[in-house]
Amino acid sequence: MNIQEIADKLKGRFGDSVEFVPVATGDSFIMVKRESLIPEARFLHETPELYFDSLMCLTGVDYPDNFTVVYHLFSTRHLHKLVLKVSGAKDSLVQSVSGIWPTANWFERETYDLLGVKFDNHPNLTRILLPDDWTGHPLRKDYQYPKTYQGCPCEI
Amino acid sequence: MQTEEMMINMGPQHPSTHGVLRMILRTDGEVVSEATPNIGYLHRGLEKIGEKLNYHQFMPYTDRIDYLAAMNCNMAYAMAVEKLAAIEVPERAQYIRVIMAEFNRIASHLVFFGTSGLEAGAWTPIVYGFRERETILDLFEMTCGARLTYNYMRIGGVSADLPDGFIRKAEEFLDYFEPKVKEYNNLLTYNRIFINRMVNIGVMRPELAIAYGVTGPNLRGSGVKWDLRKNESYSVYDKFEFEVPVGTGELGTVGDAWNRYRVRMLEIEQSVKIIRQALKQIPQGEVKAKVGRVFKPPAGEVYVRAENPRGELGFYIISDGSANPYRLRIRAPSFNNISVASEIVRNTMIADMVLILGSLDVVLPEIDR
Repeated sequence: MNIQEIADKLKGRFGDSVEFVPVATGDSFIMVKRESLIPEARFLHETPELYFDSLMCLTGVDYPDNFTVVYHLFSTRHLHKLVLKVSGAKDSLVQSVSGIWPTANWFERETYDLLGVKFDNHPNLTRILLPDDWTGHPLRKDYQYPKTYQGCPCEI
Repeated sequence: MQTEEMMINMGPQHPSTHGVLRMILRTDGEVVSEATPNIGYLHRGLEKIGEKLNYHQFMPYTDRIDYLAAMNCNMAYAMAVEKLAAIEVPERAQYIRVIMAEFNRIASHLVFFGTSGLEAGAWTPIVYGFRERETILDLFEMTCGARLTYNYMRIGGVSADLPDGFIRKAEEFLDYFEPKVKEYNNLLTYNRIFINRMVNIGVMRPELAIAYGVTGPNLRGSGVKWDLRKNESYSVYDKFEFEVPVGTGELGTVGDAWNRYRVRMLEIEQSVKIIRQALKQIPQGEVKAKVGRVFKPPAGEVYVRAENPRGELGFYIISDGSANPYRLRIRAPSFNNISVASEIVRNTMIADMVLILGSLDVVLPEIDR
């Protein structure tokens, strides 16, 4: 199935909460509403003719007015791909998909660690790459480099 | 018998964790009842650095994602940017890339072969593996001057054509190397002690592997015939004949440490096959497309993945039309491969856990980025 057909199938089931966004350069994507992410992700994972069993990549992007979480999905049975996006205000919660794709557990921890996106219902939302006592989230566009870390100067 | 449990820190400085990986173990005597990987010791913020540099400048940083397979990382990054900017890479450059990528795959698997022996207490294999790897590094050195971090590929091709005499030297090496693989198999693969240590430990079912995003030889060790070079053929891989080896349970169980190991040994032979064909067929011509020094790809986004020695390396690049990427995400295979560790080492002996971690063949800079 191509992305247009997948989008139509999702629209047929979930209506207007699904938006197909064509991109001129690169991969087109599907934007979904934050509230309906979990039922839609479950639908993508469990419907036999979609069967997105593999979450290739999960990451976040810091845009000036919102956070966007990007899911790159792949089906090892049907060999089709899908880029799914969900966006929200900077302090909003995004539902964790780690119950659907276990690999999301670490991906979401990394997204939280580096970008500060908070995932709801995550089993263990703690920092994964940076030390626990680190302040701030480096991949944010407005991130200020720390002057010291535990008393040691670390200015660049 | 129930005994008192003990928490043990394994690493970050520990010879058998392949770099700075720390495992937090809950042990009941010699049995690991829970193992939690603790990562991040090598985090350098590559994704943030990527946003601060232009597209050309990031190439040397890709060397440092997976230092045992820097050519493959170069190639995946170049492919992603080329897709973003719709750049046509000259055919000769594609062939050179494949030759380099496959040589690097062999070199990487040779390190794996050696360290697998070390973990089981055998010292000889690593000496053999490094002996042959040296020659491959010599070939890289004569091509681009570096032995570990090559920075050889460029957006649109490679930095320089093959040096004089490369093809002859490469063929000489392959003639010398091919019989050595049999020697490795006699020495280690079918060694009775090694087999007894490696079979039936760390069994990973295919569904578990897919759910955790495990890719590459680890996934194939679980019997899943999935190789991007074949299934999503990129560059000029479709011009070559080669097999995709999978774990068959020839010994032990499909998806155990020995089968993962075996897949890599078989892949070495397939890489030799690919290089031989590429060296024969390589056309004459340009080695780099014209890409300006001031390079601004159109606004858009791509996700490109390539088959690295450790699995799928993915680059997700968002361009806003400026000279720097707006977001550069690196999806590293080892990150997912180590995340499955706590599932497959549960209730094994500590000594077996070392072998299981080794059989996953993770590289830490790639996990931490």
